[in-house]
This record gives sequence, C-alpha cells and structure tokens, in this order.
Amino acid sequence: MPPAIITTDLTKRFGALTAVDSINLEIREGEVFGLLGPNGAGKTTLINLLATLLKATSGTALVAGRDINREPLEVRRNIGIVFQEPSVDDLLTGRENLWLHSLLYGVPRAEIKGRMEKMLELVRLTARADSFVKTYSGGMRRRLEIARGLIHQPKVLFLDEPTLGLDPASRKDVWTYIRGLKDAGDTTIILTTHYMEEADSLADRIGIIDQGRIIELDTPDALKRKVGQDIVYLTCPPGTLEKVKHLPFISEGIEEDGRIRLTLDDSGRNLQALLKAAGDVEEVEVRRVTLDDVFLKFAGHQIKDETENHSMFERIAESNSRR
Amino acid sequence: MFNFAAIYALLMREALIYFREKERIAAILVSPLLFLFVVGKGLSGSSPVEGYTYQQFIFPGIVVMVILFTSITYGLYIIWDKRLDFLKEVLAAPISRTTLFLGKALGGMLGGIIETLLLLVIGMAFVMPLPLWKLLLCLAASVPVAYMITNIGLIIGARMKSMEGFGLVMSFLTWPMFFFSGALFDLATAAPYIRVVALFDPVTYAVDLMRYVLIGYGYFPPLVSLGALLGFCAVTTALGVAAFGAIQQEK
Ligand SMILES: Nc1ncnc2c1ncn2[C@@H]1O[C@H](COP(=O)(O)OP(=O)(O)O)[C@@H](O)[C@H]1O
Ligand SMILES: [Mg+2]
Repeated sequence: MPPAIITTDLTKRFGALTAVDSINLEIREGEVFGLLGPNGAGKTTLINLLATLLKATSGTALVAGRDINREPLEVRRNIGIVFQEPSVDDLLTGRENLWLHSLLYGVPRAEIKGRMEKMLELVRLTARADSFVKTYSGGMRRRLEIARGLIHQPKVLFLDEPTLGLDPASRKDVWTYIRGLKDAGDTTIILTTHYMEEADSLADRIGIIDQGRIIELDTPDALKRKVGQDIVYLTCPPGTLEKVKHLPFISEGIEEDGRIRLTLDDSGRNLQALLKAAGDVEEVEVRRVTLDDVFLKFAGHQIKDETENHSMFERIAESNSRR
Repeated sequence: MFNFAAIYALLMREALIYFREKERIAAILVSPLLFLFVVGKGLSGSSPVEGYTYQQFIFPGIVVMVILFTSITYGLYIIWDKRLDFLKEVLAAPISRTTLFLGKALGGMLGGIIETLLLLVIGMAFVMPLPLWKLLLCLAASVPVAYMITNIGLIIGARMKSMEGFGLVMSFLTWPMFFFSGALFDLATAAPYIRVVALFDPVTYAVDLMRYVLIGYGYFPPLVSLGALLGFCAVTTALGVAAFGAIQQEK
C-alpha cells in the first residue's frame, strides 16, 4: 500500500518566520498520526499546507497519492478537515450544513440523504439536526464538524485540535469517535493536539513538532522508553530493597518516605518478576513515563526560552504536581 | 471548470440565509423609499421627460439604487465570512475559485432581484402602472445589473481585511456611484463634469437601461447601455475570479 502522506522538505515561511521547516514525513494508510506540539509550533500551518489551503514556500507533499502543488483539487477531493476554529455555518441547521457540504464535495445526489442520517447518528445529533447551529453547544458543533468532515468519505482526515475548548465529557465523546474510526481502519487520520494524553491515547505514532521541525517521531511507547524508565513504589517490610536491588531490569533503588522507589525498564513486562522477588508487599504504585516527560526531554529547553509559551509550561507544571 | 452542484450549493446557502433575515430585506428598502416618496414627491415641479412626473422619472434610478445597496452590502459581507471562518470550509472544498466566485456572485444576485421585485410591486401600487411584460423586462434588466454590482462588492470584500472599511466603501464608492449615475436627474442637461464622471460609472448604464425599459427614455441608445453593462459584467468577473484566487487561509 502506498503511504497516505509523504512530505519532501515541506517548508512554509511567513516573512522572516519559518512556520514549517523542511519537514519530511511518511504516514501509512489507516494510521492515526498524532502531531504534538505547543502553541505556535506549526501544526495548523502544516495541516493547511497538506490541505492545500496554503501554498508551500518550498518542498512538496503527496496526499492520497496527489501532489499538493500540482493537483490541489484532487487532493481536496480525498481529504476531510476539522478546523481548529469552528467553521460550521451558524445561520443554517445541522442538516443543512451537511447537505451543502455534500453538494460541495460532489457526493452523488442519491446518496446524500442516507449518508446524512448515518453521520448524524454517528455523532448523536439526529435529534437536533434541524435546529440552527447557533443554538448548539461547543461540543455539538465540534461533533457536527466531524460528521461534516467524514460525510464525503475522505481517505485522509485532518483533525486540528479537535478537543480544544471542549468540556471533559465532550472531549471523551470525540475521543470515542476517533477510536471508532481508527477501528474501522480505512481512514488515515492526522490529529494535532497539545494535550499529551490525547496523543498518547489515540495515536499509533506521534511526531513532536517544535518551531516548525519534527524533533522526534515514534510510537507513544517507544517515545516513553526513550525518555526514561518507569518508576515503581513499593510499601513493604524493611529489607525488601536488598532482595530486589540485584534484579537485572532494576537500575536504581532507594528508600523514600518510608517506601522504596525503584527505577526500572518496562514495568509492564517486569512487574510480575519484581513482585515475586519482593515477596510480601502491602501496596504498589507504578508510574509509567508520560508524554509530559517526553516533551520536557525533547522540547523542554526550547519552550523555556519563549515566554509566550508559558501556558504550555504551566500545563506541564500542573500535571507534574498532580502526580 | 464549472461545478454545477457546487454552484447550486453556494446559491442555496445564500437563498436559505436571505429569506431568514427578513429585517434585512426590509431595512435595505428604507433609503430608496425615502428617495422615491420624499425627494420624488418633494421635487415634483419639473420632470425632464414629458408625460411622466419627476417621481416616475426617478423610479428606474431608485430600482437600481435598491440593487446597488443590496448587492454591495452582500459582497462586503464576505468579510464576515472570512473572519468567522465560514469561508474556510468553502475554500477547502474541491471546487475551483472560479466556481466559488460564480456561486457567490449568483447567490448575491438573487437578493438584488428579489428586492427589485418588491420595489416594482410597491411602484405599481403608488408610482406608475406597469404591464406584466414591463415588469418582466425590468426583472430581466436587473439580472446583469445585480450581477455586476455584486461582483464589485465581492472584489472589494475579498481584499478587505475588516468590516471597518464598510463605511468608507459606502461613502466613497456606493453613494458617489449612485449620485453620478443620473438616477435623480437627466444627464443630458447636467454640468459637463458630471457627464464625464458618469461615463466611467457603471451604475449610469444600469439606470439608463432601466429608465429606457420603464419610461422609454434613455441618455444612451439602449443597446449601448446594455453593451456597457455586459462589458462591466465581463471585466468584474475576471477581476473577481482573480481576487478570489488570491484569498489565502489567514489562520
Ligand atoms: N498567516 C500567517 N501569517 C504570519 N504568521 C503566521 C500565519 N499563520 C501562522 N503564523 C505563525 O506561524 C507559527 C505557527 O503557527 P501555527 O501553525 O498556527 O501553530 P500551531 O497550530 O502549532 O499552534 C506561529 O508563530 C504563527 O504566529
Ligand atoms: Mg493550531
């Protein structure tokens, strides 16, 4: 199968600012690709380039086998976009939005009605389909937008921060839809986000983007492994530390606040052996490496330099202190 | 090059929205009606055309005024579309900018023609009797007029960044185009500088054609007015397609 997206030195400059800086990417068909980065990293610009909404300064990309510079209309026929800022038409109803969109995207007339009902069902908007969009909540708009992005059955779907500004319940909803799509397996999804958990829980692979460059690209698990090891806390009788310290997968063990703190490789696989060796254990706490750590490692020093990104910083600090 | 399903979709969007904003339909008629019933009646002394009152003489000009205000306003409205990101969805669709421009222009034309019909009906009741064929001919003439003026609005709208320019366009373009067109007086007896400026004013030809249709009087021969109108339609289409081609994603 040819890749859904291949970019070659894709670059976009706005005056002196390089928003997307010679990106080379290959995204498999059916993959969910997470593009993770702080505000201003270039995520939206990259999506706009791939969706042919912006002209590349240099370099090119093939999307669904079509060149973004030479065949923009063909590219558009094969993609769906859910924009970062809502773009559903307020003055129309949900159903009218879907209907007009289907016409614009060349969905065969005979199929429009059926697909509309199916999509409304999928995003659970059937009951409100004939209300004006201006009466919808943020979550409902987002869902309508996802329905709209899918109704013409695109090969590649771009979701630009699909859960930005949503309440936790709506966010869970959106995640569920994205997982459903992923399981159905025939749509390639490119998802941008600055929420670590989102990329972690949805994406097959994650590209970390900072200042227009992909600075790291791997599966969520591999990224976590690169960043470091998992930590296990054991509350147990004295002397246990000596029993487990020598295990091959343990790299460090110390006493801390009346329990022991062990640093180890792949807690998922080795926890069983660890507990067996430790014997009598009262309580176990495992902290796997999260994408927060990933970010601090690969982009942290860069983010620190930019004051305008402090909200990002706060978020990291916040999730660190929550642990 | 033309994607008819897409043009239909764009047109339907405008139609759906248009009929939902009834206040706007009525609001746009206010100034023209003031001109027709206050200026038209107030200055009733002298009519340039024998057999017709002054009010009847300016009636064709007021019809064009309605189209002018409706269509320019509509065209400038795409600034809202741009800012509120509604246009983004359309810009991302697999349709050419030519299709997009035509869809938008035809959508805008619709409003102008409906307002024309409303005004003609009011005119039939209070200004002058109109046989059906004249009414239809008038509506037919309003098609190129509305198209041309919508194009002008869209061209400006596509280039403008904010709605703040709206007032400027109205003061420096819309009103002058209306006053220089000879809507309220006969160009034949106007000061020479007015006649020169009028030659470059597309609205002049619209008023002249409409006046020929309604009261059989024209400053230019009707074929000249019609030809000039069609010429303006062609030029503004080309400029409009180019202006739409240049619209880029802003966010
Ligand atoms: N139209 C534009 N003109 C100038 N600068 C832009 C434009 N669009 C984006 N940028 C700049 O490019 C950088 C990347 O922006 P963006 O792609 O929106 O980031 P993200 O989506 O990751 O938050 C930012 O510094 C932003 O200010
Ligand atoms: Mg963005």
